[in-house]
Order: sequence, then C-alpha cells, then structure tokens
Amino acid sequence: MESLIESLNYILQNIINALQRGSFYAVISIGYSMVYGVLMLFNFAHGDIFMVGTYIGFGIATMFLAAFAGFLPASLIFVATVVVTMFLASWIGVFVEVAGYRPLRQAPRASAAITGLMIGIIFETGILIMLGAKRLSFPPLMETVNYHIGGIYITNVKAMIIIISLLLMLALHAFIQKTKWGMAMRAMSYDFLAVPLMGVSINIIAPLTFAVGAGLASVAGILYGQAYPILDPYMGVLLGWKAFVAAILGGRGSIKGAALAGYLLGFIEIFVATIFPSTLRDFIAYSIILIILTFRPRGFFGMEHSTKLRL
Amino acid sequence: MRKIAVLTVVAFSVAMLFSSLALGARKTIIKIGINAPLTGDIPKVGEGTKYAAQMWLEDIEKAGGLEVGGKKYDVELVIEDNESKAESAVKANTKMISQDDVLAIIGPQSSKQAVPAGEVANKYKTVMISPWSTNPNTTLDRPYVFRGCFLDPFQGPVVANFITEEFGFTKAAVLYDVASDYPKGLAEVFKDAWEAKHGAGSVVAYESFTTKDTDFSSQLTKIVKSGAQVLFTPQYYNEVPLIVSQAKDLGWTGPIVGSDSWGSAETVELCGEDCYGLFFSSHYAAAGAKGATKAFIDRYEKTYGYIPDDVAALTWDALRLAQQAIQDAGKITGRIEKDREAVRDALAQIKDFDGITGKMTFTQEGDPIKCAVIVKINNQGEYEFYGSSCP
Repeated sequence: MESLIESLNYILQNIINALQRGSFYAVISIGYSMVYGVLMLFNFAHGDIFMVGTYIGFGIATMFLAAFAGFLPASLIFVATVVVTMFLASWIGVFVEVAGYRPLRQAPRASAAITGLMIGIIFETGILIMLGAKRLSFPPLMETVNYHIGGIYITNVKAMIIIISLLLMLALHAFIQKTKWGMAMRAMSYDFLAVPLMGVSINIIAPLTFAVGAGLASVAGILYGQAYPILDPYMGVLLGWKAFVAAILGGRGSIKGAALAGYLLGFIEIFVATIFPSTLRDFIAYSIILIILTFRPRGFFGMEHSTKLRL
Repeated sequence: MRKIAVLTVVAFSVAMLFSSLALGARKTIIKIGINAPLTGDIPKVGEGTKYAAQMWLEDIEKAGGLEVGGKKYDVELVIEDNESKAESAVKANTKMISQDDVLAIIGPQSSKQAVPAGEVANKYKTVMISPWSTNPNTTLDRPYVFRGCFLDPFQGPVVANFITEEFGFTKAAVLYDVASDYPKGLAEVFKDAWEAKHGAGSVVAYESFTTKDTDFSSQLTKIVKSGAQVLFTPQYYNEVPLIVSQAKDLGWTGPIVGSDSWGSAETVELCGEDCYGLFFSSHYAAAGAKGATKAFIDRYEKTYGYIPDDVAALTWDALRLAQQAIQDAGKITGRIEKDREAVRDALAQIKDFDGITGKMTFTQEGDPIKCAVIVKINNQGEYEFYGSSCP
C-alpha cells in the first residue's frame, strides 16, 4: 500500500515537472504556429526572439527591482516587468517582420525560412557583442516557497509558471476568437491572397502576428528566467527547435494544436527519462514523435491542405 | 668565391660556439625557463605564472644564489610568452632549450600548449614541469615531462573518500553531462571508486543529461526517490546553479558535491545562497589556508594586490620542485645535457615533497600523487579550505 502511494506520488511529481517544461514548449510553439497561419512560413528566428525577450525581461526586472524593491509589493513589480517586457519585445517581433520578412514576401518560401535563421544568428551574436559571453543570472521576482503536499514538492514559482502560461493561452484564444484583429488574422490564415483585397492589409496583420508571438515568447522568457535563471545568448536555439517540433506535431498553423503538442512534448521528455535511462531521453522522445508524424503527417489539428504546402 | 663565404660562415659559427661554451664554463648560471601565456586568451594565467616565478627568484637572490653541492650559483629566469598558442609554446620551448640553455622549464600551463611543448622538451631531454595541465597526454610516455597538479579522473576516488569519511554515507547519486568529456569521465571514475568502497549498486542513481539542457527535473526526481544520501555532479558553473536549485525545489536535502570544474568564481555569482555550504574538490583554496600556503598567499597579495589563484600556487610548487631536484642532483657540471639528465633523475626520485598545494610524490609517468583540497563554499560565498583528501 505504501509503495503504491509512493509510486503515485512519483508519477504526480513528474506530471508537475512535465507541466512546467511543457508550458514553455507550448507558449513558444504558439509563436511558430501563429506566424505560419498568417504567412505560411516558419519563423526560424522565433527561438532567438524568445532569447532576446528574456534578455529584455532581465534588463527590465533588474531595473525595476533596483528602483522599486522594498516599497512596492513583489507582485506589482512582477506585473510591471511582464507588461513592459511584452511591450518592448513586441517591437522586436515587428522589427523582424519589417526588416527580415517583408522584403522577401514575394520570394520563394525557402529564402524566407533561411532569412529567419540569419536573423537568429544576428541576434545571438549581437547579444554576444553587447553583453559578452558571461552568463547572466535572472533575478528572482518572487521569493521561492516550497510546498510539500503529500509526497509532492511544488514551488510557488512552478505553480505560477503553469497558471500564467494557461492564462496567456486563454487570453490569446479570446483575442483571436473575439476581437476584430483576431478575426482578421483568422481570415488571413484562411486565404492570404483574397483577404488583402477585402481591405485588410497584410502589412498590418503580419507585424501584428509577429508582435503577439514575440510578446508571448518574452513572457515565457521571464518565466523561464524564474525557473532556469541562467541566461546565455544561445539559450533560444535548442528550445526554439523543440518548440518548432511541437508546432509541427500540433498541426501547422493550429494554435490549439501547438499548445497541446507543447505539453505532450514536455510529458514525453519527462516520462521517457523517468522510465528509461536518462541518457536515452531525447533519442527515445524524438523517435516517438517521428513515429506519430509518420502516421499523422499533418499533426493533430493541421488542415488537410496544409501538408501539400512545403515549409 | 662561394666556397670562401661558406667557409667563413662555418669558421665563424664554430668560433661562436666555442666562445659561448667557454663563457658558460667560466661562470655557470642556472637558467630556468618559464613558458607562460602572457598575452592571448588567458593573460591572467600568464600573469600569475610570472608573478609566482618572480617571487621565487626573489627568495633565491635573497639567499645569495642557489646552493648546489656546497657551491652557490646565480639563477636567471628566462620568461617566454607563448601567446596562449600551441605553436608559440613549442617555439618558446625550442628557443629556451637550444639558445638559452635552460636547465629546466616551468610551463606551459594549459594542456593545449603543454601537450605539444612537452614533446619538444622530451625530445631534447630537458625537464619540463607543467603546473596546471590536467590532460594525461602531457606526461604520457615522456620521462622528462612532469606536472604539478593531479589528473581529472583522480578526483573521483578522492571525492568518494571524502564523502565516506566526512558523512559516513553509503548511497550516492550521480548526475552528469553525457556529451562532455570531463564530466562523463569523472562520473565514471567516481562510480567505480564508490562501488569499490560500498559494494555494487551503492550508486543508487546514475543519471545523465546532454549539454545545453536546463531542465533536470525528471532526473532529480529519480535521484530523490532513489534514497541517495549525497549527490555528486562534476558539472560546470553554468549548470551547477540550475542543478542545485532544482534539486532543492524537488525536496533534495542532502549535500551536493562537485569537482574542480566548480572552481570558477562565477559558480557562486550565478548560484547565490543556494550553493552555500556545498563542497567540491580542487587544487587549492585561498580562504582558510594555513601554514606555508597562507604565507605564500599573504606575500603574493601584499606584493601584487590580489589573492593568487591556483595557477600561481601550482607554479610556485613547480619551481620549488625544480629547485629541490637541482639541489638533489648534487652538482652542476656545466655540461648542460648531463646536468639536465641529473635533474630529471633527481626529480623522479622526490618523495613526499611538501608543497603549498599538498604533498607530492611522482609516479612513473611524472604525475604527482597528491592530496586534493576539499573546498567548502562558506556563508559569504567564498571558497574556503575545508580539508584535504587523499586517494
């Protein structure tokens, strides 16, 4: 009986671990999916937009903590950091669209995809030149409290990451379903040739999409900084690739799919390492995903026609 | 015409050779070569090397020279910059051996330079002591090449001993990066040493990740569940803070122990209070040092304005080892090849040399058997000498 409770606790603990990890994949992969929906291309700079967002969050958090810590409550500083970072990071998204993708809108998709890689490298080396190779430590925006419930450990930071990520995704869902801008984005993803003829300019919707994606990524960056407080200019690469995998797995252009696949990826990674030797983690985890895609190439929620389009 | 020119050159060179030999015979100066990265990637390492060497020379000069076999000889340092490059280190060694006639060479520090430079020193049969190089190849099959520090894998048994003696634990967990040579090698050696001590299966969790991973939650959950009493993680400063804080978040309460890769000042900078009270093995610790080590640290700090790092301390020991070997050789004949050979034989014979980084005895390979320093990260975030642990 006791061992049963113990294994149950063990599984529950890993579910929490997986929810935290999956939250990052989910929020970041949404950025890929949104851009794909509107422009039919994967923005490979997204992982590095996430990285720049994290650095902006780091700068804002450090500044606010220095200025207001002590007389403003921690929660207020946190909210202020999130809002200001989101705002600033959105402009990074806009910049990427205007400087990187707009000039190539008529070019073949492959050229645009490669542009994303270039922008990513420019961001990485740019940060490297500006701040040096030294790792930075993201300041904690709240004091960690560790709750021990039953046999499970959960910190307030972990709980916050999971909850804020869910709230963000719900907010995004409402934005896309309920607002005029969201409707325009949906229309654009339905037919990006006809919609501009109806008076909805792609030169507004595209940067908006990038801005929302970058804003989301920057919040993910702040949360990431709370969970894994070590920043380096290449932190976005691996995470970006994994989120990209989630975006494909969820179905190209499907936001719901990207979110679900992000969590699934987190669960697969954590539970593979739980069951098998951790050395085999990525090997087995990504083999599983390969198998899923073999049988369902359009992902979970991808539209039938989207498999016919390349990249 | 051409014949005459050639002849003149030959005659001239022979004359030069004889005159220099004659000069050497008249007044024998003991020359010690220093091969250091004064410029390039790691100038701080070069600076520490140079400063330690100058301090050593000061001592010799104060004593009126180096006494060998009842006679005092003047000592001269030949300091060459290797620019932190392998080619330059080789060039510097060649120059010091063939032109400056050095009796022994101290350096180069990094394995990148010490491995190729050691080849040259061994070929020309000149003693070379690399104070800092931890790569086995530096001294491998090279009777003339020695080192002042222990090899990486050596720390595995040392840490296993320390944990057993200090805490009396019998169950250990290991978390390491499977894609990186240093942690992987050290993790394997630690596991072997631990299991040799406590029996098969006493490493109750042996978990890995790959470089650039930031989430260790599933591995750490496994480790917590395994009932391990101590966690050994030979990782670098960018991973240690993440491992430590995630372990605490997942309910880990036991000690976490590391190796000399923790030694960078950035470990504590990035980790903060989470890392206070943890232990790692290293070559040397400045805070809390005693005896001759403290005397060296204080003198260095007074002269140069900062606390010496491990390079300076190891260089100091390497120079004193060379000094001991020269004195043990018994006499300076002035015939450099013979003297070099005598110094090598004497160095290989040294037993229980009392250095500031620990007692040393050389193995057949020219690697010292010495105790490692166990460093505790104290509550001010300083690396404090906690004790020494021997294999």
